[in-house]
Amino acid sequence: MNRNLTVLSHEIRRIIIEESKRANVGHIGSALSVAEIIAALFDGALHKPGTDDPDRDRFILSKGHAALALYAALHVKGILDLDRLRTYCCDGSLLGVHPEHLLDGVDFSTGSLGHGLSIGAGAALAARLNEADYRCVVLVSDAECNEGSLWETVMFAAHHRLSNLVAIIDNNGQQAMGKTKDVIDLNPLGDKWRAFGWDVHDVDGHDPGMMAQTLASLDTRTGPPHVLVAETVCGKGVSFMEGKVEWHYLPLSEDQYSVALDELEAARR
Amino acid sequence: MRKAFCRTLTKIAATDPRVMLLTADLGFMVLEPFADAHPSRFLNVGVAEANMIGLATGLAAGGFVPFVYSIATFATMRGYEQIRNGPILHNVPVRIVGVGGGFEYGHGGFTHHALEDLGIARIQPGLTVIAPADHVQAAEAIRSTYAMPGPIYYRIGKRDDYVLPGLDGRFRLGRLETVGQGNDIVVISIGSISAEASAAVQRLSAKGVDATLAVVSSLRPAPVDDLRSLLDRFACAITVEEHYIDGGLGSLVCEVAAEMGSGCRVIRCGVKGMPSFCGGETCLREAQGLSSDGIFNSALKALGELGS
Repeated sequence: MNRNLTVLSHEIRRIIIEESKRANVGHIGSALSVAEIIAALFDGALHKPGTDDPDRDRFILSKGHAALALYAALHVKGILDLDRLRTYCCDGSLLGVHPEHLLDGVDFSTGSLGHGLSIGAGAALAARLNEADYRCVVLVSDAECNEGSLWETVMFAAHHRLSNLVAIIDNNGQQAMGKTKDVIDLNPLGDKWRAFGWDVHDVDGHDPGMMAQTLASLDTRTGPPHVLVAETVCGKGVSFMEGKVEWHYLPLSEDQYSVALDELEAARR
Repeated sequence: MRKAFCRTLTKIAATDPRVMLLTADLGFMVLEPFADAHPSRFLNVGVAEANMIGLATGLAAGGFVPFVYSIATFATMRGYEQIRNGPILHNVPVRIVGVGGGFEYGHGGFTHHALEDLGIARIQPGLTVIAPADHVQAAEAIRSTYAMPGPIYYRIGKRDDYVLPGLDGRFRLGRLETVGQGNDIVVISIGSISAEASAAVQRLSAKGVDATLAVVSSLRPAPVDDLRSLLDRFACAITVEEHYIDGGLGSLVCEVAAEMGSGCRVIRCGVKGMPSFCGGETCLREAQGLSSDGIFNSALKALGELGS
């Protein structure tokens, strides 16, 4: 594994646990699930992410409820200072449970599932029409694939061969009320996207090096749009959270907080 | 207005390379002039309005001025949340063009009747809402507003063969335009149904009632100052809209009247409930008291009640 990416993933996890405890809010499992994906994107895969450079790759966290992972990455990359990070879920802050575009480093506000991919396709189309090189990466949740509006965009992007559009699915098998296989079974998820004409890559969503390599290998100038189906574990890194639906909601108690930090520290070593 | 819209936009796009036109698979025999003149900036996205709004948001953020086109019901309601969380939240120049408000798609049935589009649009802060009364005014409204920074909803009528007498294509954002100078009653109308309001005013005049017609074409920003002046001047105002009576023009006028403590009585003519039968535009308008006869009778009744 790429050591820098692994370090960044751990750092993102630690911040997720610390800030969610300080703010006493949930959505922890969803944020932990994407730590390595965000690390891979923000430490090499994306061009100048989080800056206002017009040539930067656009990033849309369509599963906006994992915003804390994004804030953590923005902080580690020096875009979001510590004082501001500490305003997470404070009154008057720009750091809510879902990301706001008024915050530096956030291209688009999200929070309502099934919307981000269409904005991303529009941004990718704008890049093509402007003959610009930037790519657009959209991180969606697996349960977000329940939304019909998402499939409208999946069809559109394939038809128009939006090769500069990359979707990453956080395939953690968990949704708000239970397991995806019990609510709306999505399998075979990759085959569905393949059938719609996308270039599909199955990746380990907790191997940031593998994802960075895969992202670097994509032809984003010609051909179909791309999707990485990233196999992940909801709540990854904290044993009592992994695969448990309640960690979509619950804040941490003092004891749980202590155990979670210990586990993360042990894993880091 | 549809053809005037397309003609106007085609001309604008010839000098402004940011302008694009997206349709959700509607506009056959209407949008071809734009598609032929600017093929690289015309896109049929398929029957997918929610995606169309999202695409337009991304395009607008990337420097374009995308117009998205569909029948008014689909344009405003299928992607309403995407409109709210996209162009409105991000304050980007997406133009939503809803064709055929009210009963203009008469025999198309309830699914094609936009009876709440203006109401749901005007409650959104940051969304400019424009509903021209005829095709000349529509062209002027598009020319004078298309380059504004934030999002706009245009409710565009189907007819391209009608010109409202005395309006002369006047359009000012946030203002209303008056026709005539009668002092007995004011008829305040919006959109295509202004043709019936205008005919009703002429009939009132023939009957010896001097009415002023006030055409509201910009619902947000609302012509609040102009409405206050009218409500100060008249004892009775009739509002006319091809829209549910709640939430649209009539509601706006009542809000202004209440907030200023006006003594002017406001009678709202509009659609009072879901139609229970099929019919053409004329039939459906008549059934809701929105023909020139219906508006004329509402005005006489109100004046009679005031006099008694």
